[in-house]
Amino acid sequence: MEQLISLIFIAVLATFAGAELIGKIPPQLHTPLMSGSNAISGITIVGALLAVGASGNDKLLAILGFCAIIFGTINVVGGYLVTDRMLKMFKKKGSK
Amino acid sequence: MNSNFILISYIISAILFILGIKRLGKVNTARQGNFLSAIGMLIAIIATLFKMDAIPLEWVLGGILLGTIIGALSAIRVAMTAMPEMVAIFNGFGGGASALVASAELFKYLNGKEIYLAELTKNNSDLTTTMITIVLSVIIGSLTFTGSFIAWGKLQGKISGQPITYPGQNIINLLILLGVVIAAYFFVVNPENMMAFYVILGVGLLLGVLSVIPIGGADMPVVISLLNSYSGIAAASTGFVLGNQALIVSGALVGASGIFLTNIMCKGMNRSLTNVLFSAFGKVDATKTGPQSGEKITIKEMSADNVAYTMQSAESVIIVPGYGMAVAQAQHEVRKLADELEREGVDVKFAVHPVAGRMPGHMNVLLAEANISYDKLFDMDEINDDFSTADVALIIGANDVVNPAARHDESSPIYGMPILNVDYAKTTFVLKRSMNPGFAGISNELFAYENNYMVFGDAKATVSQFVETLKEEA
Repeated sequence: MEQLISLIFIAVLATFAGAELIGKIPPQLHTPLMSGSNAISGITIVGALLAVGASGNDKLLAILGFCAIIFGTINVVGGYLVTDRMLKMFKKKGSK
Repeated sequence: MNSNFILISYIISAILFILGIKRLGKVNTARQGNFLSAIGMLIAIIATLFKMDAIPLEWVLGGILLGTIIGALSAIRVAMTAMPEMVAIFNGFGGGASALVASAELFKYLNGKEIYLAELTKNNSDLTTTMITIVLSVIIGSLTFTGSFIAWGKLQGKISGQPITYPGQNIINLLILLGVVIAAYFFVVNPENMMAFYVILGVGLLLGVLSVIPIGGADMPVVISLLNSYSGIAAASTGFVLGNQALIVSGALVGASGIFLTNIMCKGMNRSLTNVLFSAFGKVDATKTGPQSGEKITIKEMSADNVAYTMQSAESVIIVPGYGMAVAQAQHEVRKLADELEREGVDVKFAVHPVAGRMPGHMNVLLAEANISYDKLFDMDEINDDFSTADVALIIGANDVVNPAARHDESSPIYGMPILNVDYAKTTFVLKRSMNPGFAGISNELFAYENNYMVFGDAKATVSQFVETLKEEA
């Protein structure tokens, strides 16, 4: 129970932080912001790694974790790259 | 490695994520923000490698390698116009990963209950909490997975962009939801009840499909943003399953910021989130006869040459880009047109509606890609008063965002949505492929207005025709 409460505590604080972060965002950054925060949700790859690490000799666990690693990596790598591609275009304008 | 060290790494990751999101919100720092957040992710992944009981190289390296190749290739290859779909797909995979991790945790318990329970007690946790959070992760994760793919299909045109509805839809969804609550109860009291678990998984996958198909294609950006928030929540609940702080913090950050971003997008369309999700917006009512079904409306056409001459002799031209420009990949031609007109001494501005295209900021990204300078782009609020003094409003593949019915026709589905006041300009030209209604499925009364002329054809071809004509004149 103690563990649960302290985790909820963290979750509540992070929720408020996330809400506060989105204030006045210029519309042209909405798409990159969505895409960039989407990459962060790929953090679940951490869970996928742990699942594979704990799989021992169990093939089913290993395969589930393996698929999760692939999915999570696609989310992370693709998400960050695609966001950077969008933002690179703005950069060019700013420096000109 | 020392577990404190791993926790400290997670704290650093969390800080980098927060700074990253913060910086993503400003034009000058956005790219750096994305980079910081990526570093945070790398730190979290490396720290986790030290936390693992064992590192089965073939699974870990193989998975990361495969994921990197697929992710990187799609991210590099995707056309700027298909960006929203791409984000949807990436997001779907994130949600799917969370559901998989939670399921793996269930099988871990079933394989060695005593060891698992001992571990839970050691961590001051209990089985009921773990099972409840597994249910949440699986439902939200699988819903995000299928929902994202439906959103992708709708934007790609693989699934009808029209809202798909059937009688009793909301009641059926409600019954399904009730069913999943019952299945969840049976599963949590007895985690060995695999039947209940598969029902939960199946319903999660089904809910993703059922909740997205009744939503019109034009609203997909909002849906993707909401699904992005869901995948954050799925990651956070997976964090509860594993008792992992990195997942909880990052997931909650994305979940909360995603909801707020979704809200901002809805505001741009002057609609509420519930309205977007449940009203089957833009569904063409078969009992009503639109202008396209028989009733005569007169529209005037003008040749590309004449349009070019008109713009050439104008003092000010406001260009309104829309999804049609994106589809035709006409942004580079549009820049040439702006250059030519400016050489002729015409004042050229761009008016960007907050929801033009398929995603907020979609047009800005495309125009930036074509090297059109920032200071020529204006948001709706900044430019709406300028239309009354403009000689020409050139509408390139935009439709619903310039439909005057939104101002006065209470029966129109888009009534109340803020629009660009293009009809106040002296003359309007609409570049359009055909007379089909816009993505929202609504016909546009602007086309029949006195001072409006249509130019039919592919936007790119038409605009380059303008450029040719202007060059010949010069």
